Amino acid sequence: MKIIVCIKQVPDTTEVKLDPKTGTLIREGVPSIINPDDKSGLEAALKLKDEYNAHVTALTMGPPQADVALREALAMGADDAVLLTDRAFAGADTWATSLTLAKALEKMEYDLIITGRQAIDGDTAQVGPEIAEHLGLPHISYVEGLEKEDNNLIVKRKFEDEYHKIRIKMPCLITALTELNEPRYMNVAGVYDAYKKEIKIMTFDDLDIDKEEIGLKGSPTRVKKSFTKGAKAAGKLYTDLDANEAAKLIVEKLKEKFII
Amino acid sequence: MSKDYKGVFVYVEQRDRKVQNVSLELIGKAKELAETLKEEVTAVVLGYKIQEQLNKLLQYGADNVIYVENEKLDIYMTEPYTKALVKVIKTKKPEMMLYGATAIGRDLAPRIACRMKTGLTADCTGLDINEENNNLMMTRPAFGGNIMATIECPDHRPQMATVRPGVMKKAEFDENRTGNIEKMDVEITKEDMTYEIIEVVKEKKEKMDIQEAVVLVSGGRGVGKPEKFELLKNVADELGGMVSASRAVIDSGWKAKDYQVGQTGKTVRPDLYVACGISGAIQHLAGMEESEFIVAINKDETAPIFEVADVGVVGDLNKVLPLLAEEIKKAKLEKYN
Repeated sequence: MKIIVCIKQVPDTTEVKLDPKTGTLIREGVPSIINPDDKSGLEAALKLKDEYNAHVTALTMGPPQADVALREALAMGADDAVLLTDRAFAGADTWATSLTLAKALEKMEYDLIITGRQAIDGDTAQVGPEIAEHLGLPHISYVEGLEKEDNNLIVKRKFEDEYHKIRIKMPCLITALTELNEPRYMNVAGVYDAYKKEIKIMTFDDLDIDKEEIGLKGSPTRVKKSFTKGAKAAGKLYTDLDANEAAKLIVEKLKEKFII
Repeated sequence: MSKDYKGVFVYVEQRDRKVQNVSLELIGKAKELAETLKEEVTAVVLGYKIQEQLNKLLQYGADNVIYVENEKLDIYMTEPYTKALVKVIKTKKPEMMLYGATAIGRDLAPRIACRMKTGLTADCTGLDINEENNNLMMTRPAFGGNIMATIECPDHRPQMATVRPGVMKKAEFDENRTGNIEKMDVEITKEDMTYEIIEVVKEKKEKMDIQEAVVLVSGGRGVGKPEKFELLKNVADELGGMVSASRAVIDSGWKAKDYQVGQTGKTVRPDLYVACGISGAIQHLAGMEESEFIVAINKDETAPIFEVADVGVVGDLNKVLPLLAEEIKKAKLEKYN
């Protein structure tokens, strides 16, 4: 059984702070991590490796320094790692990103492709299902439970207030929720080996793809502007409202924040 | 290109043959967008035995309803739904198509976007029309909510977005409103059923973890006595949240340790944290200061909790909380009617 896990290196957004003066993001010193949902997916693959001797390949698309995420995946127990990197891929939205990954996957062998449900920097949850569509594969997203049964997978697919127990035939793609697994730690021998292993590099020239379809050019969507919601100013203190005014004021604020 | 594409379409999500609230919210928003563009709103429903739900969509503001009725569409499955909706889109050529950013919408919309070769913007909290070119401007949070981005899809149609539930406002319900209802047939073959649903399991909400709560109403020593936590609970219930507490409360034995927020308790970052009668010791702040929005109510104007609060109210929680629960109830009624 061959499994490819797509991982993304992301800034740890929980560590991101806003500059209180300018209201811009402070990116310095923010650690890069493997996206949590992806890491959960990687753990699912490694469990299948433990139990069924599956072969696990970690694949990432990103700048050369995303190599660190792949080393971590190797140290956790992945057998191979592939870095898909090229300036031509830059600026891609989910459509172009998923096409690029799909074209790389076409060059590889798999029974199962695992992606995280969504990345914490973009939060789109679109790349997994879009890869599946480009490859003409069925997919199950929001997976919180996974078992193998012959050539099928039995998965638990989460919805808001229910779950579906589903049988799906491989080859297929699943997108993993963080809840699927508690990822293992890297082991010492694994870390040592991870730096001896070679990471396979794939670039634009390795893919059968048209330049018009990738990167910013191949992206149907365009970011028109981005802005911060404003630095967290010390909030406002109201000292002279009566209880009724206070309740009304709080409700107004909650409406502004879409909480009500 | 956009001349051939017309109208604002909403994918109406039904589960257990019931239209979901988010879809009515989207019809409300679509109506605003369509008015600006001088076009019409079309609601699209896929399912089985769903006729009873169709009038409601007109009454909430849709001009047209298109439905695909098929036993194989009774329970959501990715491929049959994708196939049916792609047929509707190819036949009707909508200018815009909106989906709820739900466990279904976020599964279905990417497949459609890919098959139609068009853009899709995820989990939007704002939708507007660009006055210069009539493009849809889709605004969404990114980077863990630290930034907002406005996105357009200039050259591909339909322009598509998934929209966060609870953000848009339903239009007013009008019993007398009517419109066109059209049935469309889509053949779903055995091959389209790309997986098998073995079981559908409804999940009862068990005792939730305060770390998973979207809203926390938290009490400190200032609440006074254990019975008074009822006031907090009433507010939490109105907001679909939970009650948590500071260490002082746990130490006094008013609440179980599971509900403690702070350095020695749990770290929480809900969308809303309402601190009631909590002074805001550093160990407490460490456990909650990352909350998205913080409201503090305290008698003591100098309480450190006010330094991290977005809105601070100096007052008596015994008086403010009951009125707050009432006001929230009122606001919700206004929104959902």
